[in-house]
Amino acid sequence: MLNKEVAVVGGGPAGLTASIELAKRGVNVTLIDENLQAGGQLLKQTHKFFGSEEHYAGVRGFNIAKKLIQEANNQSVDFLLEGSIYSVYEGKILAVKKGKSTQLISPEKVIYATGASEKVINFPGWTLPGVMGAGAVQTFVNQHKVLPGRKFTIVGSGNVGTIVAYQLLQAGAEVTAIVEAAQEVGSYYVHANKAIRSGDIPIFTSHTVKKAMGNESVDSVKIVEVNENWQPVPGTEKRIETDVVCLAVGLRPRTKLTSLTGCQTTYSSTFGGEVPLHDKSMETSINGVYVAGDVAGVEEASIAIEEGRLAGVSVASSMNYISSSTAADQKQEIRNRLGLLRGGPYGEEGAKEKERIRSIFNERVTRRESRSVKR
Amino acid sequence: MKESQEEKAALSKDKLFELPGFPDKEELESGPVAVIECPEEIACNVCEAACPFGAIEIGKEIIKVPKIDPDKCVGCGQCVSECPGLAVYVVDLNYTDEEALLTIPYEFSPLPKKGEIVTGVTRKGEKASRVKIVSVDKKENGTPIIKIAVPKSEIHEIRGILIEEIND
Repeated sequence: MLNKEVAVVGGGPAGLTASIELAKRGVNVTLIDENLQAGGQLLKQTHKFFGSEEHYAGVRGFNIAKKLIQEANNQSVDFLLEGSIYSVYEGKILAVKKGKSTQLISPEKVIYATGASEKVINFPGWTLPGVMGAGAVQTFVNQHKVLPGRKFTIVGSGNVGTIVAYQLLQAGAEVTAIVEAAQEVGSYYVHANKAIRSGDIPIFTSHTVKKAMGNESVDSVKIVEVNENWQPVPGTEKRIETDVVCLAVGLRPRTKLTSLTGCQTTYSSTFGGEVPLHDKSMETSINGVYVAGDVAGVEEASIAIEEGRLAGVSVASSMNYISSSTAADQKQEIRNRLGLLRGGPYGEEGAKEKERIRSIFNERVTRRESRSVKR
Repeated sequence: MKESQEEKAALSKDKLFELPGFPDKEELESGPVAVIECPEEIACNVCEAACPFGAIEIGKEIIKVPKIDPDKCVGCGQCVSECPGLAVYVVDLNYTDEEALLTIPYEFSPLPKKGEIVTGVTRKGEKASRVKIVSVDKKENGTPIIKIAVPKSEIHEIRGILIEEIND
């Protein structure tokens, strides 16, 4: 068994910033990621990000990943890539498989930055080749520069849907439709507009997919109007020719490992599903187990970057690498920036939801007192 | 699309003129100026940081909608290239008697060539008049900016181009 100070699980924006903050303060940190390369979803994002300088705003996603990986290397973060965690024992012992070998890693503290996974909707024909998630489309198109079809129908008009639509147009594909069950386009105006003005894409709001059709793979999709109760309206079906039905219908926190660890959760529709309860310092109901980024509630990459930093500083402080007063100041700075990111009509909901999760945490989790005495 | 839905993907001209990032008619007349079509409160201040002349104001609360100061703006187009939402343009109404000069971000390949005639596209994605490419400026950040000469009557409609083969 390998004893470590801190293991960070997941090498996306939250995991990278958490590792950097820890390593910067002298903590020995191992960053575990199951992929060939760290960077998470940033690697497939070719668009420039929102935010401010502290969140690498104006920089394209894959370049943010490069910068963060460079910084992590500069700070001597120990990367364990292609490492999948297949079990967690006694709260914090991680069973990691890499290639054909397995090992047990026993860190003093763990930060889970496992991100999110895509939601899907089911319909007849959804198992046909050509029906895929937006993440897969981005992996094909933006990372490997391969178009998995010529014509694309996108289901979901949130930021992911409209961004993928634009990226597909950039790659030379045709976007035959964006289909949205709600009555309004869900994404930011600017994302929706840059897509439609670049490709004159028909947007079918109040519509859903009825069926994907084709013999060996998708050749068309049947969509249908839905009423206010989300029920299909008979006689409103339309058939659209397409090679790919791209599902961009939302994300849910990837909580398998935190659940395996025994972290208490609560359901949050705002954040995409079950979320591990966590306090203001990102610590879960299990002592020494932290979360950061989408696993703690699906929000923006800029927020994941800041939450990673917050978790990193919190862990460094809990291990006495920095004094509690220094940590308090540093955490406050990060929380202030999070407050700014969670402003406006899009962000406010997230701020309220974090508050609600914290209050449930305070009601249910009582280990705080006993532990603060120990300190 | 129903009208309300269209509004969520392509703003009407009336709504645009209400934006703090959109100069009023008089200010537009008085020279090249950035028009910022960023209607929602998004946590982002890239344009403010990008402007070398301090002509764009968002402030500490980065969710605020950007505000343009037409007196300070010289129409350099730096913000056009930097805006992550590709939502900023420069409008110069005094280009020629009939034409205005529009600066747009363009992230498609191949890039058009200077002097080429291409199809103007509205912010709804509809085809508009044919327009002439006046200049192409590749930017290091990967968002080239292109200046196009457009009919004055369409200066608030055209927001993109489509390169298609047509014998003019």
